[in-house]
Amino acid sequence: MHTETKDHAELATVFNKDEARVDWHDETLWWIRQKRDKAVNHLPEWELLRETASQIKDNVLSNLAGYLVQFEENAQRNGIVVHWAADAAEHNNIVLGLLHSKGITKMVKSKSMLTEECHLNESLENNGIEVIDSDLGERIVQLAKEPPSHIVLPCIHKKKEEIGDLFHLHLGTPAGNADPQFLTETARQHLRETFLTRRAALTGVNFAVAETGEFVVCTNEGNADMGAHLADIHIASMGIEKIIPKRKNLGVFLRLLTRSATGQPITTYSSHFSKPREGTEIHIIIVDNGRSKQLGREDFRNSLKCIRCGACMNTCPVYRRSGGHSYHNAISGPIGAILAPNLDMEKYADLPFASTLCGSCSNVCPVKIDIHQQLYKWRQVIVQNGYAPAGKKAAMKLMSLTLSSPAAYHMGGKAGRFVMKYAPFAVNNKLNPWYKQRDMPEPPKESFGEWYAKNRKA
Amino acid sequence: MVRKKQESMSTAREQILNAVRANQPDLKALPEVIIPADNIELQDKFTETLTTIGGKVIKANGYDDVIAYIKSITNTGHRIISSITELSEVISASEASPLPHSLQDTELAIIKAHFGVAENGAVWITENLLSQRVLPFICQHLIVILNADDLVANMHQAYEKIGDEHYGYGTFIAGPSKTADIEQSLVLGAHGSRSMTIFLISLPLD
Repeated sequence: MHTETKDHAELATVFNKDEARVDWHDETLWWIRQKRDKAVNHLPEWELLRETASQIKDNVLSNLAGYLVQFEENAQRNGIVVHWAADAAEHNNIVLGLLHSKGITKMVKSKSMLTEECHLNESLENNGIEVIDSDLGERIVQLAKEPPSHIVLPCIHKKKEEIGDLFHLHLGTPAGNADPQFLTETARQHLRETFLTRRAALTGVNFAVAETGEFVVCTNEGNADMGAHLADIHIASMGIEKIIPKRKNLGVFLRLLTRSATGQPITTYSSHFSKPREGTEIHIIIVDNGRSKQLGREDFRNSLKCIRCGACMNTCPVYRRSGGHSYHNAISGPIGAILAPNLDMEKYADLPFASTLCGSCSNVCPVKIDIHQQLYKWRQVIVQNGYAPAGKKAAMKLMSLTLSSPAAYHMGGKAGRFVMKYAPFAVNNKLNPWYKQRDMPEPPKESFGEWYAKNRKA
Repeated sequence: MVRKKQESMSTAREQILNAVRANQPDLKALPEVIIPADNIELQDKFTETLTTIGGKVIKANGYDDVIAYIKSITNTGHRIISSITELSEVISASEASPLPHSLQDTELAIIKAHFGVAENGAVWITENLLSQRVLPFICQHLIVILNADDLVANMHQAYEKIGDEHYGYGTFIAGPSKTADIEQSLVLGAHGSRSMTIFLISLPLD
């Protein structure tokens, strides 16, 4: 696939070229964050809910093998076929094998970040299978041949005019029409035809209940249900961490999920699949793909509590101003930045550095993942393992030298203030990465040390 | 071939479970969920919440009100699907087909729900209330009949009520299908029903 090394800062530079778009992106996501706050403030028990959810997930992670086996047993008893996939390639092969065995060459798919992580579409298309994404946002990025830029809002980076152009090109809408109502209606008609003619539907899994063997899929559009209830075979892909112990635990998670995601009290549809309908099949693929390894990393295991609400992205000052694609990973934003290095520390060495460590992500996380602390810890692991970018290494060495020598420190400060006062062009130029999209601050006249020395005498 | 496949599958299963067993931390107890609920004014809360998320609530005394309403919003060309016998007067005659696809031209579906949830406007439906699972999604418009007394305050109470009931398929539906994927502009009627109207019936239904 892609061999060139991608870097968050470089990709963010591309996104930052259009300042008006960055502002729009920033404001849109902040608006969603505010909707989340409004919904959360309605519930006096919010913090208790978060704590409970976090503790349920602690229990899940501490007994994951037991719950997986229990889930498998109960699902099989319900007539669901259970498959296991150690990695992305195995997952994709199982899907392909199921489609081949039924002689199916076209499949409709609802949102599943796991299949993005596994690059399922690409893999199936290379094997002659056509996949149509049915979530509107995912369909839009699919037509644009782009990955989703956000786990809940896949095309949040796109302007309606661009979507209008895509629909004109692919679905034959009149040129220049960018009315969201009209475009959504067009997609409804186009995808209804797809739902009615596809014999296979793939969905993600939001929660899988060990106690009952059922799994829950949440959508606002109804696309997962339209696909699954009209197909002969329903394939559901889930990561091993989607397990919850009991059905009643759903009460906790369904209260948290959508309030955190979009500020709605619940998704329009929360569908519980327990048995296939007569004459049809349900297959579940339980996927590891690095999760069991993350489970063994004590400092990072909590990241497996994630329920994929996207709240950490909407609140993140770096995500909002750099866009999801700058994270070059299926899952972007703060949570993506702590999940990705587990998959490939070298490829994603840049991501934990794409943060101000402000902690807002941890504050909004509905399952209390210590995201910003994990970002900080990943930085150390990455540097210790020798994956820090060369420029960062050199800068760190210089800084460590300066900070360990008082003489160098005072000299450095003086020189800096002198340069910024008399020769600002020496730092306000393209060679200084800090100057990109930012103005350098006014230099102070003197350092605190100088001020203190003077004023102590008086 | 089949045998080889099964072997590799069982290998993946053992491989995953062994890795998980090796890496999972010491057992932590499953917490008891003790979350307080406010059980007052459930009808008003339910109505307010559902209205906010694009649904409509009509209070009625019985099926006559429902029939009158259906007549007022449909015409003779519309296909109306329901398995509620009290509504037979307005239901379209149709051949029973085992294929869910045959419901594609359904203009209006009327179904019953087990109960509603005041905090989020959702109603709980299981497949024994549906002629086909796809019915409440494939119809253009959806009407749900709910006994006004069958309301709970929140999702904890909802799952308490569901208990360990067996169903092949069950779903919470809260309002019409919607999307805001295009520049966050809310549009009702994404892939499922364009509208959802709930009749809260204050007399016992059966």
